[in-house]
Amino acid sequence: MKKRIWVVVAMLFVLPGLLLTASCAKKAVKPDASVAKTDDDAAKRAAAEKARQDELARQKELEEARLKEEAAKREVLAARNKFMNENVHFAFDSSVLDTTAQSILKSKADWMKKNPNAPVIIEGHCDERGTVAYNLALGERRAESAKAFLVNMGISAGSMSTISYGEERPVDPGKNEEAWAKNRRAHFVIK
Amino acid sequence: MGNPAVRLKIIGMLLILLITGETAWCAGKYDYIDISNPMMKKIPIAVPLFKPISGNTAEIQTSDSGSKQLSNFLGFTGYFKVIDRGAFLIDTAQSDVAIPQYKAWTTVGAEFLVTGAAASQDNQLELELRLFDTINQRQLIGKKYTGHPDDQRKMIRRFCSEIMMLLIGNSGIFDSQITFVSTSGSGNKEIFIAEFDGSDARQITNNKSINLSPDMSSDGKYVAYTSYAGGKPDLYIQSLSDRKISVVDKKGMAISPAWVPGRFELAASLSFSGDPEIYLLTGNGKIINKIIESSGIDLSPSFSPDGKKMAFVSRRAGSPQIYIQDMESGKVDRVTFYGNNNTQPDWSPKGDKIVYTSLDKNVFNIVVISVNGNGAVQLTHGSGDNESPSWSPDGSMIVFSSTREGVSKIYVMTAFGTDQRRLVDLSGQQSEPKWSPNVTN
Repeated sequence: MKKRIWVVVAMLFVLPGLLLTASCAKKAVKPDASVAKTDDDAAKRAAAEKARQDELARQKELEEARLKEEAAKREVLAARNKFMNENVHFAFDSSVLDTTAQSILKSKADWMKKNPNAPVIIEGHCDERGTVAYNLALGERRAESAKAFLVNMGISAGSMSTISYGEERPVDPGKNEEAWAKNRRAHFVIK
Repeated sequence: MGNPAVRLKIIGMLLILLITGETAWCAGKYDYIDISNPMMKKIPIAVPLFKPISGNTAEIQTSDSGSKQLSNFLGFTGYFKVIDRGAFLIDTAQSDVAIPQYKAWTTVGAEFLVTGAAASQDNQLELELRLFDTINQRQLIGKKYTGHPDDQRKMIRRFCSEIMMLLIGNSGIFDSQITFVSTSGSGNKEIFIAEFDGSDARQITNNKSINLSPDMSSDGKYVAYTSYAGGKPDLYIQSLSDRKISVVDKKGMAISPAWVPGRFELAASLSFSGDPEIYLLTGNGKIINKIIESSGIDLSPSFSPDGKKMAFVSRRAGSPQIYIQDMESGKVDRVTFYGNNNTQPDWSPKGDKIVYTSLDKNVFNIVVISVNGNGAVQLTHGSGDNESPSWSPDGSMIVFSSTREGVSKIYVMTAFGTDQRRLVDLSGQQSEPKWSPNVTN
């Protein structure tokens, strides 16, 4: 019974000693470790920053390229839309190409040269005045006269076909000169 | 009786009997009407209700509808003034259809009288029709028709043709039809056919593309027209009996067909060689030969009644004008000189005139001119754009399209431009009417 008490007393002395030793050792190591860690963090931060900058630059480049590509696409699309939407207009009962008509056809020729593989349909249209069969014939003359001009500009005749709609497909149903002028047209369609 | 073949047989068996009496049988020489006078007085005629023989429902129905049809047909020609039934002095149901009380009719102003008697039994209609000269107090025509009740309209048409033959000297217009373009069906331009008076309009194409410029063959069996059903303006020749179609689908367009009178041939403008030229084709659409060639547009052929000459439109002088070509010699004469836009010639059945569409002061009007280019007379005035004139087979009337009420509709007038009125009652717009020849089956 007495022996047990001694062990407990001895433990009471030894244990705090052990505890003290341990805490002293810890204190001695700590300053060195903290210095090393600070240096390491700075490097890491710099690297991350650089990577971030690089990434930003890369992103910017990509974005620029994308914008550029989109702009180019838009341009191609705009050119294509202009090709299809810009009509060549004619005077009443005429298939003669005036200077405006010729300059529009020149820009059409440019487009067709850049897009030689796009098969094109030229539609000839008339205003509602005039009789049905005659307007079919007049519409055909209009489409053919636009086609002949483009052939003279160096476009292959084989890449173009013509169709007359006479007075059957007006763009403006109005019954006035403004509407009629819009309807007297050669209209370009990409097949 | 939906089967047309069965109906045709019955019509074939339609019995026509001459009812004996003092009948003036010199067709066309009973010249009461001066048809060359535009101011002519209309002939007053009375058409009382037909007498129902046994008094059954079918007969009473025929009495009413038949006398109405006969009045409408005669009134439509523009030659007759049908006297209002309210003015009649006698009850026709009680009187003898064969021996009229002439005084009672002359008193109400009738110079002519038509009486009718209807007998109907076992799905068979017997219609007895008579024309009387009330002033000279004699019967001019007496006919008895027997057939299916569905053929009532046909019987009455035939009797009206008899009246016309006797009083005017030709069989009139009652066996003719009118082809035209209408958007009333699908909203697209489709080809229709109506009776001469615009009734019973029926659609013969339904391809939902654009169909234009119909023309019926002399025998009434085919209609030629331009159609976009194949994606471009091709020529379609459609059989009306079995709906079979021959297509002329050469490069370019095939437009403005016109049948050669009395033949299974037609002319049309084809542009496969570069610009529109007029060709002669078989009724099956095979090219026979080129008729008209010039640098520029040639189109809209229309043959003289004997087929020896052809009117057409050409732009050879810089603006569309009407020309005539002699088919044998090839000699070409220009007909129109006034104005810069003269199109759509249609040669009169009598052979002496051409009616066409002319642009003047920014408006399109119908003009008639002698084939030698003299005596042009404008028939429409101040009533929108008027286009596509076409003669009735007897030359007494002209059908045309007009925008006078807004969208294009179909109208008729006399050859002198009088009595202008709406013809076809359909929704949407109607255009390019063409009057067919008389076709009797």
